[in-house]
Formats: sequence, structure tokens, C-alpha cells
Amino acid sequence: MNQREGGRGTGEEGDQSEFRAPQLPSSLFPLPAARRPPPAIRMDGIDKSFGAIRANRGASLEVLPGEIHALVGENGAGKSTLMRILGGLMKPDAGNVEVNGRDVTGWSTNEAIAAGIGIVHQHFMLVPTLSVAENLVLGCEPKTRGIVLDYKRAADDVRKLSNETGLVIAPERLISDLSVGEAQRVEILKVLFRGARILVLDEPTAVLSPPEVRELWTVLRRLRDNGATIVLITHRLDEVVELSDTITVMRAGQTVERIKTSNTTPAEIARLMVGREVSLSAGKRVQPSGRAGGPQSDKGLEVRNLSVTGSRGIRVIDGVSFSVKPGEILGIAGVEGNGQTELIEALAGLRSVLAGDILIDGIDITRRSVARRHDAGLSHIPEDRHRRGLILEYTVANNLILGVQKYFSSNGIIDRGRVMENAMREITSFDIRPPNPLLAARALSGGNQQKVVVAREMGRGFSVLLASQPTRGVDVGAIEFIHQQLLNARTQGKGILLVSAELNEVLALSDRIAVMYRGKFATVMPAADASEEVLGEYMIGTKKGSAA
Amino acid sequence: MSASSLAGRTQSTFSAPPWRERAEEALIPPLVALLVALICGDLLILSYGQSPASVYRLLLEGTWGNAYGFGQVLYKATTLAFTGLAVSFGLRAGLFNIGAESQLAAGGFAAALAGLALPAGTPLIFALLLCMIAAGLAGGVVGSVPAYLKTRFGAHEVIVTIMLNFIVLALLNWFIAGHLHVPETLHTPEIHAGVLPRLADIDPRFHGSAANLALIVAALVAVVVWFYLFRARGGYELRAVGLQPPAAEYGGISVNRVWMRALTFSGVIAGMGGINYVLGYKHYYEDGFASGAGFLGIAVALVGRNHPFGVIIAAFFFATLSQGGLAIHAFVPKQMMDVLQGVVIIAVATAVPEVRRILRGARGRTDA
Repeated sequence: MNQREGGRGTGEEGDQSEFRAPQLPSSLFPLPAARRPPPAIRMDGIDKSFGAIRANRGASLEVLPGEIHALVGENGAGKSTLMRILGGLMKPDAGNVEVNGRDVTGWSTNEAIAAGIGIVHQHFMLVPTLSVAENLVLGCEPKTRGIVLDYKRAADDVRKLSNETGLVIAPERLISDLSVGEAQRVEILKVLFRGARILVLDEPTAVLSPPEVRELWTVLRRLRDNGATIVLITHRLDEVVELSDTITVMRAGQTVERIKTSNTTPAEIARLMVGREVSLSAGKRVQPSGRAGGPQSDKGLEVRNLSVTGSRGIRVIDGVSFSVKPGEILGIAGVEGNGQTELIEALAGLRSVLAGDILIDGIDITRRSVARRHDAGLSHIPEDRHRRGLILEYTVANNLILGVQKYFSSNGIIDRGRVMENAMREITSFDIRPPNPLLAARALSGGNQQKVVVAREMGRGFSVLLASQPTRGVDVGAIEFIHQQLLNARTQGKGILLVSAELNEVLALSDRIAVMYRGKFATVMPAADASEEVLGEYMIGTKKGSAA
Repeated sequence: MSASSLAGRTQSTFSAPPWRERAEEALIPPLVALLVALICGDLLILSYGQSPASVYRLLLEGTWGNAYGFGQVLYKATTLAFTGLAVSFGLRAGLFNIGAESQLAAGGFAAALAGLALPAGTPLIFALLLCMIAAGLAGGVVGSVPAYLKTRFGAHEVIVTIMLNFIVLALLNWFIAGHLHVPETLHTPEIHAGVLPRLADIDPRFHGSAANLALIVAALVAVVVWFYLFRARGGYELRAVGLQPPAAEYGGISVNRVWMRALTFSGVIAGMGGINYVLGYKHYYEDGFASGAGFLGIAVALVGRNHPFGVIIAAFFFATLSQGGLAIHAFVPKQMMDVLQGVVIIAVATAVPEVRRILRGARGRTDA
């Protein structure tokens, strides 16, 4: 395979520092000084409709070789469609696509891959039963005597690439054993392994912890300095400003602006994206009410000495105790894979508890089923909307009753009138787009899917909410909205346990912040005492405190 | 705008995907599959030196073209409808019930036992109900075994149902051969009560055909299955489990309980299919009467796309092929129809997803 000519994967020892050496046309064929190299990507006047929905209307994009280009816009602005057209997954209705000066309009995915375009998808496309190395070499496996998979060489190649890029992962590990953050690393490694020189990353940091994000930045900068071109789709404006060289802003299928990053501010980008002024920090903090009257230990969520074993018999939660009072948000920070997922699953009734007690409003729910925990007042926004939060083939209306279906039925028959009424109400109040209750959840953009989950979980009566990554992969406008919902619920006296990989989010919303490290609370502190630096030290385990 | 006025608007304003698209997606793929199968059939017929047009004409005349043939199609379709519904019910919960064959046999056997146990002259409705309940119960018992083994021990339902086919069919054979048969035969004595009227009793034109009122029971079961799947809370939960078990679990649905229910009732439906032969046609249980109808039910469910009404249409289709094989026997071997059945199943399994993908691609939608 010619795209693996970079000296890597063929077994020869290339110069390690020369990972992805610059291979721009200009360096191979010196051009007259007057002529600049053609843009790495040039998309012009792109139209693409899906039925009545016009995802792209004359959208354009120009990315220069060797730059980090941020593509921003609200959910449904047409960014993903544009990138699918670039990657050959779709053909545009109108407009043309040029890569390195060559007209490639309407090409296939294979042609795109051969031309060095690598798309890292937001949703993982890995084989869970295979190892990291096997996933990476899938499709271009090194073989001994042409038949047997040379596993050792595959593992060596992967380890080498892993070292070169700083995307650290053991090649022998099974995908099913990886955390979401680690799987993301494998996804990036995979396209690099296929020889991608134009990288498109769709929301790459949505699942990463702050240290991992910083690592990723280092990796991306190094790739760029070696001549790679990077397109970054993201909702996080701080990232855009920190990392990118140039920004393209899309709104409603059109390109509204192309700006040099050095000439703009996050507030301006947000305004361009939404088309109005947006507040970037979560609303003014309201002092929780009624907490002066001493501890109300029988209210809210109480967890005592909780221990949980993981999938391989290891104790992933180890004697954790805490409480979430009514009108309080307890934020849990931590690097992914330190037990946050298991903690939430155990609280929600999706994972069995080894020891300890869980109480809601003084009622012991430790041995209760998921449904009976709902009845006790527990609501749950799960971290993975595609696996747990939604039934993708079900309509939006049917998804809006998942978990509360018994309240929407009488004598075992679903009351479709009320299901529809409920759907219209939630669609209106949560601005779910397109506002069609009969559309399959699969057809919605990620942000709107998340709104469906949040609308359902916050739209019903509850006293304790488990909010796990509530704004993962959601645009600024929707983040603002979901944050406001969480704060409103808090004001109404709900107890909220917030788990988020976004340190900003935890810092902005929480009253108290706990840091999880290796299945325990490394510390619990009032939000006023916390900062990214302080939490960071607990997160990576350099500082250990006693859990309050 | 108030929620209720919006809700009132819903049906008219939003019908997505629109009716036409939905109908196209439901109909075009199987029709293309049928076309592919017909072309293969043409080649087969040509290879026998016969004219496809005349053979197909003969096939249609022998099935839908006269009352007897049509009655036979109805009779065969009835059993296939039961087994197809049974398999599709399991599939909706994500479970593959390969055991419809033995569940059908057990149902027929139980119906015969009930009909033998009842005294002659038992009121018809009463006797029918008892026999049907017996048939359903027997099928349900056979179906509950893999259900229990799966939910309790994690045994795969495909393996267990396949193995149970051997066990149950062998037990029935032993029981008939050793204890209950009429000498020189492999069937029980005729039942005393619970005989279903034949269609010929109502309309003499059907004279000689085996079609009987079990087909009304099959239609009722299809309606009940449809209502349960798409209108009842239990069906909402069952389909949720079939589509995405982790999401169902998150939604407070007990996956194991749904699996238990789905496989057991799959067995009940298959078991009730036994009444068609035993109460409606021969009035006794005969060893081996199922003769593949349970297995063909898998194909019927597949071609019917797991929709109760699609299953009914598919049942008619396969019944037509099967009966048609007899009609054209003089020109081409009737085994050709078995080959054609196989071709249809393969065509559906391959062409249907492919055609649907092309349809969606033309509309710019993706499955991703």
C-alpha cells in the first residue's frame, strides 16, 4: 500500500523524529516564488439536501497546507455533512471539492483515503473483540509468508507510532477493555497508521480529560509542524482559540466567516455561530437555600462505603462515601477510567454493588431495580447516549418516554395521544430540532439527541439527578441551555451529581467538587477553593487528600 | 402554542418519513428480491427445456386460479403464518427461535390429546378453546425451556432450540409409536371433540381442500401480535430490548424478563399452529406432520420483515410456491420449488438490505 511509504510499518527503522515528513508538493517540486501551493482543501458552493432539509447551502471551506483549521458551528450547521463530502461518504448536490489543487468532487471513500484524508469520527468504529494492534492493521495486516498475521510486527509498528505521536496505548490491550478516552486515542492512531496527511477530527476532545487534551494538542501541533494539515471540528471555543491557525464558522448550512484566529475572540466566534450574543459562562450562581438549618441527612442522595467490582473482578469503586443535598450540585472531576462510569452505573442500578448503601431521601435503594429507583426519585442522564440514553431506531416521541413508559400507559396500552403531547411539549421547551416527534432518534444531530435525553430526564419528577457528561458533543447554544436547566433544577431543590470530563463545566456549576482517583475520592472541596490547577494535581494523583 | 394544539397538528404536519417513502421502503426491496428469484426460476425452467411463461401460468392456475388450489394455499399459509409469527415475535426481542418446528409438533400433539380426552358432544366453542389452550401451552412449555436456560445460565437460544427440536420430536415419536398410535399407522385415533369446520363446509367450491377456520385464528393472532408489539407497553419494552439491550436496561426494563416472555410466547404461537392440521384437517396427530413448516417459518419471518402483516403476506407467498410445486410437477420436478424457495430466501437476505441502502442513498439519507 503506497500510503505507508513513510518508512513506518514496513519494518525498517526510520528516523523517529521524522514521523510524517513534510511531503508538500512545494518541497518536492520547487514552484516559482509567485505561485503559492494550492490549498490542501478547497470546497466551494457545496449544496447538499436530505429530503426537505438543506444541510449545506453553498458552503465553502479553504484550508491551507500545514495549518490547523477549526470548523465551528452549532449542531446541525452542516459541518459534519461538509466533512462527509470531503471524506467521500457522500456526494454533493452541487459545488466542487479540490484537494491539493486536484478536482476530486464526488470521489469515493477509498480515493479519499488513498489521497491521505483521514477522518477521526466522533463515534468509534473499532472492533471491540480485537486488540489495539489488530484494529490498527485491519485491512493492511503485515503477514509472514503471506498468510499468517505477523502479530509481533503489527504490535511493534503500533508501539512505534504510539511513541512517535505521544498517543500512548499498549498494542496488546483489547478495545473492549479501553476507556472512552483511550478508544479515542486508538481512533486517531488508526488514521495516522493509514498514512493520513489531511486529518479531520470530529469533536476529538469531547471524551478526553484535561491532561489528555493537552497531550492531544501537543500531538496535533507536532503533526502540523511535520507538514500535516488538520481540520478540527469542535464546539469548545477555548480550544479553537488555543490551537487553531484559522477558523471557518458555519451557520445554517452556510459559511458565514473565515477568520485568522489571531484576529478574533471566543465571544466573537460564539456570536458568529449563533447569530446573537451568548453568555459563555454558566449563569450567576444562586446561593443554595435552606442549608443553614443543619444537616438534613435524610434528604437527597446519600452513599455510604460503596464498593463496586468492575468487569474483571477488580474493585473499581473502593469504599466511597458522600452525599448530595437538595439544592446542591456535587461535581465529580477525574481522568476518565478512575471509576466515574462505574459509580454512576452503580447508583443508577445498572451495575451490582459489592458493599455499601445508597439512599435517596432516606429510602435505601441499594437493592432496588432501575425502575424502582426511578420511582424513588432518581433521574439519570447517561454518559453514552447512543448505547444507553436512546433507542436510536425509536422515534423522538417514543424515546421521550423511555424509562417512564408505565406512566404513559393504562392497562398495559400506551396512550399515544399523551406520548405525542409530551413529545410536542418537550420539543418546544428544549428546542429539539427538527421539531418532528415522529423522526427516528438516529436522524438527529448529536446535540439534539442529547437534548432529547436531557428533556426526558429533567422533564419528569425527580429529587436526585445523576448527570453524566451532560453536554458531551453539544454546541455552545445547547450547552448554555443545559447548564441553565441544571442550575434551575438546583434552585428548585433538586440534588445533582455531575460527572464531567470538562473541568470548566465542573468548576462553573458545582457547589462542591470531588476528584476521583483510582476508585476513591481523592478530595472533596468547596468549589470556591477549587481551580483547574488544584484539581489537576488530585486528578493525576500527585496530591492525595483525605476525602471529606 | 399549547402542547395539545401542537399535538393535534402532529399527525397532519409531520409524517416523516412520509407515507410514500415508508411504503416504498417496505415494498420495493422484497419485490426486487422476488424479481431476482423469478429470473433464477426462469433459468431453472429453461434448463428443463420448458417455457417459463407456461410453467408460471400453470403454477398460478394450480394455486390462485381455482378454489381447490386456493384452499390448499390457504391451508398451507395458515401453518406458516403461525410459525412465521412465532419466529418474528422472538426476533423482535432479538432472539432467534429455531425451535418452532418442535413447538408446532408439541402443540399439535397436545391439541390431539385434549380432543381425545374430551367426551364426544362437548360444545364446540368450549372444546375448541380447550384444545387451543392445550396447543398453546405445550408450545409455550417447549419455548420456555430455552428461555429459562438463556436467562438463568446464558445458554444461547439458537443452540438450545435446535437441540430441543431433536429431543421433543424424538419424544413425540416414541410416545406415538409406543403408546397411542392406531395400529399400522403413526397417528393417534381421531379426536372426539374440537373439530374445526372446513372452508368446504361453508362454501362447497373449496371441496377437497384442507383449508379450515384455523386461518381465522391465525389472522386474529397476527392482529393480537401487531397490537401487542406496536400499541402495548409490553411491546414497546420488547422491541426496545430487541433493538438496544443496554438502553432498555437503562430504561428500567428487565431484559431477562422480556426474553423469558418473548421466547415463551413465541413457543405459544408456534404451538397454536398445531390446530390447523390436527383440529382442522386430519383430526388426529400424526408423527412428522410439521414436516419443515417450523423451519420455513424462519424464512417467512425474514421475508415478512418481522412485521405481523408482512408475515401473513410472506406466508401466502411460500404457501403458493409449495402448492405450485405440485401443480407443475408434470413439467418440471416439484423440487424446483424447493430450490426456488431457497433462492427467494437468499435473495431476500441479500437484496433487501442492498436495495434499501440504494433507496436511502438516492434520498441522501444514511444509516449512520
